[in-house]
Amino acid sequence: MTAFVSLENVSHAYAGAEGAPAVEGLTLDVAEGEFAAVVGPSGCGKSTLMKLATGLQFPFKGTVTVAGERVSKPVKIAGMAFQAPTLLPWRTTLDNLLLPLEIVEPYRREMRRRKPEFAERANNLLGSVGLRDQGGKFPWELSGGMQQRASLCRALIHEPKLLMLDEPFGALDAFTREELWCVIRDLHASRKITVILVTHDLREAVFLADRIFVMSARPGRVIAERRIELPRPRDLEVTFTTPFQDIVHELRAHIVKARQ
Amino acid sequence: MTMTRANLLIKASPWLFTIGLLLFWEAVVRAFNIPTFFLPPPSLIAQAFVEFWGPIARNSWITLETTLIGFGLAVGFGLLLGLVVGWSRAIYAGLYPLMIGFNAIPKVALVPILVLWFGIGFVPAVLTAFLISFFPIVVNVATGLATIEPELEDVLKALGASKLDIMRKVGIPRTLPYFFGSLKVAITLAFVGSVISESVASNYGIGNLMLQAQAQFQVPLIFAGLVALAVEGIVMYALMAVLEKRMTRWAQRSGFSQT
Repeated sequence: MTAFVSLENVSHAYAGAEGAPAVEGLTLDVAEGEFAAVVGPSGCGKSTLMKLATGLQFPFKGTVTVAGERVSKPVKIAGMAFQAPTLLPWRTTLDNLLLPLEIVEPYRREMRRRKPEFAERANNLLGSVGLRDQGGKFPWELSGGMQQRASLCRALIHEPKLLMLDEPFGALDAFTREELWCVIRDLHASRKITVILVTHDLREAVFLADRIFVMSARPGRVIAERRIELPRPRDLEVTFTTPFQDIVHELRAHIVKARQ
Repeated sequence: MTMTRANLLIKASPWLFTIGLLLFWEAVVRAFNIPTFFLPPPSLIAQAFVEFWGPIARNSWITLETTLIGFGLAVGFGLLLGLVVGWSRAIYAGLYPLMIGFNAIPKVALVPILVLWFGIGFVPAVLTAFLISFFPIVVNVATGLATIEPELEDVLKALGASKLDIMRKVGIPRTLPYFFGSLKVAITLAFVGSVISESVASNYGIGNLMLQAQAQFQVPLIFAGLVALAVEGIVMYALMAVLEKRMTRWAQRSGFSQT
């Protein structure tokens, strides 16, 4: 199994940050098409991991490799979504989705010529997350959950090979969150995309991921790795079964230890 | 039904308040027998307005022209400087104290220097209007750019967006409400600037007209000049407010200020 995303003995500190580096000796591999989740206590450098893997930051020690290439500039094959939907309020939802295409080559060059085709693609993507015919609305006319779906679509519009999710459901209510778990699950299943999900929510991680990495408190590194063998496709019901609960408990014990 | 009545009241209320203020003023002046050379009543001011309509109209026009040219310069220069300052942290850090220092200087103190350079009249008035009104535009534009959500910046950077891309797609559009909001402040300040300069160093404009009226002890005319300025100020402010609403509809969706 070759790694699609690989961090090898990576250390990183932010300029101007006093004290401990954000991550130290971090090693982690994610295979192509795999769904990886990263959990850990607050401030364990999960967001730093996101930035390292997408080429927004570069480590002072160790190497980051994505798709067989050492990361030395922003990784354009990645899409990102965060806790805040960060949609642009002056653009309609559809135009928000088209934003990445206005930036990434080769779409950027072809934007004018192929715009109807791109809009069609965006509409289909919206349809796949249950937002069909909502493209003409402005983001502030959508509910929080709908905005987050649109944000996911924006992360996927340029058909990235890698999807990075930084607590994308943190600000949503429990029901909407579970709904979106299923959206992500289906997107992952249908697109064979590699996903790295950073989250606080252990149930979320266990439900979605093939493999979970537990990170220590700052400076962050991986202290445990857990493969989730629950059969796919997983139904929400699985979250109430004993094997599921056992895994959650086991992970929780790791985090409790990491917090001390 | 009550809805429309309440709306009507809100529509009429600025007029009611203005008329109320004028009536109160008139009543106070009459009741306490205040001498008209001290505080003329609105009726006398209106009379002066009619009597001196020619000079008031001519000078109002000159003041308006002066103000608008100064304001136009301020918009152009303020927008440019705001973009530059918002573009780079180093430039921001370097220029910020300079701008604060400059803004702290009372602009009236600059008029003698401007007169020294350009002579009295039109040019120093335009420049004073410009100097006094560009600062809020710069600050607002720079603030709009400086407060781009870091997550959004990350999303775009990860796609390989250049700084110019981020500026064009995100920075400038999201700065527009700040920019148009600052225009309302700037146009009002521009009037202050041109009138100051006109009263100190010009032979034209409302500022000069008021100075001359004062020298001749025509107190109602002084007040008529003030009213002319107030009317110009309100009209320009309203224009800027309409422009702001038009250009940045997406930013005005809150019902907060409408209730």
